[in-house]
Amino acid sequence: MSTATATATSVSLAVRDVHLAFGQHQVLRGADLEVARGGTACVIGPSGSGKSTLLRTINRLIEPDRGDVLLDGRSVLGDDPDALRQRIGMVFQQFNLFPHMTVLRNLTLALRKLKKLPEDEAVQVARTQLDLVGLAHKADVRPAQLSGGQQQRVAIARALALRPQVMLFDEATSALDPELVKGVLGVMADLSAAGMTMVVVTHEMGFAREVADTVAFMDAGVVLEAGPPAAVFEAAEHPRLRRFLSQVL
Amino acid sequence: MDPLSTLWETFFDWDAMREALPEMVTVGLPNTLILAVSAALLGSVLGMLLAVAGISRTRWLRWPARVYTDVFRGLPAAATILLIGVGLAPLGMQVWGPNPYPLGVLALSLIAAAYIGEIFRAGIQSVEAAQLEGARALGFSWGEAMRLVIVPQGVRRVLPAWVNQLIALIKDSSLVYFLGLVASQRELFRIGQDYAATTGNESALLLAGLFYLLLTVPLTHAVNWIDRRLRQGRAVAAPDLDVELDPAGAPAPTGKDPR
Repeated sequence: MSTATATATSVSLAVRDVHLAFGQHQVLRGADLEVARGGTACVIGPSGSGKSTLLRTINRLIEPDRGDVLLDGRSVLGDDPDALRQRIGMVFQQFNLFPHMTVLRNLTLALRKLKKLPEDEAVQVARTQLDLVGLAHKADVRPAQLSGGQQQRVAIARALALRPQVMLFDEATSALDPELVKGVLGVMADLSAAGMTMVVVTHEMGFAREVADTVAFMDAGVVLEAGPPAAVFEAAEHPRLRRFLSQVL
Repeated sequence: MDPLSTLWETFFDWDAMREALPEMVTVGLPNTLILAVSAALLGSVLGMLLAVAGISRTRWLRWPARVYTDVFRGLPAAATILLIGVGLAPLGMQVWGPNPYPLGVLALSLIAAAYIGEIFRAGIQSVEAAQLEGARALGFSWGEAMRLVIVPQGVRRVLPAWVNQLIALIKDSSLVYFLGLVASQRELFRIGQDYAATTGNESALLLAGLFYLLLTVPLTHAVNWIDRRLRQGRAVAAPDLDVELDPAGAPAPTGKDPR
């Protein structure tokens, strides 16, 4: 199954020295991250280390205080944030589907209102995308009638329908019952294999080991160590990473 | 005559009711509906603007909304209707002539807007922040996210309270009689009151009361029905409630949910 239909336009992503404070609380203290075009970076680390915040600075749901975010080497901080977010898909822990709309309408809303596609074209794109995550038959139900795993696959389809150049996943499987995790991870792995540039904040170490090109370990607002999965998991240099791995593996 | 049957006659004089009935139906009922429905529409639009202003990050929108709400919720409806209906009458005279309806509707709307604004604001604020984040992440601006995602959900949650406000509006529409109505402008209450005043018998007024109940009781049951449906979630076969809001804020079914 190929989940992505248009990943030829993937871009490389770089996060450079990003700082962010909420009031007195310094959440990011110079975080760096490099993802090659079509690459997948998994961000791991303890709770409160700034993983989700870092993800949100990439599509500027949160504006960094300092530092830069580059797509294909070009800073995005001067761009219109709304236009930027159409190029960057994001998937949330709690899915954030719109509960008052059908599954299909969840997908067509942005296609019609932002991409200005005519209704029938939007429906066609949406149905194709739903089919790719195996949920075409659920197009006309409300999100509440789906399982968590199905809802998350719809959320992924909703983001992909806009043909993003980068996909961000914020603990996409953390809210799921264990038996539903696999299906969602499968969709994500397919997407990665199809060449989508992805940043995946996750607690699924197996996924990171198998799918990621880069694993980045975050602690206290910085990326302490980053490298290929084998290097990070088998030959961790930093003691804090070793301690973290000993707790989660 | 014994006191009890006198009492009965005072309220249930069928002949008096029969005499008032045609005017109630052909004049009073349409006029009450005109007042209540137009004030409901205008009041809801104004209420939506107040609600959005009330949650604005700019204090120059938030404060006026707050003051407005305090003033129009705090004044007696009768005082507001007289102040606006009589106070602005010279102005109205130049624009649309002596008809007291425009100013009556305006006064009713301004009062209703204060309450409806608070209802809508509560509903909008009850929508989880994650919904806004989800919409923004797709590339919607704050305004688009509010209009397409947040407000429709928020309004849905407070529909029962909104319908309650419509009930209050139907009842308050009786107060425009303060502004002086010619025969054809009289609404239910005024017609009942006129008959009662000329005959000294309250039956026509009681009939007017029954007409009010005819309008309000079904609405109270509609409130309960909506409330139950929102609580239980929609039945699969239920009519689609997909709502998109115009910037002005009146909910309108799109009716083109693709199947």
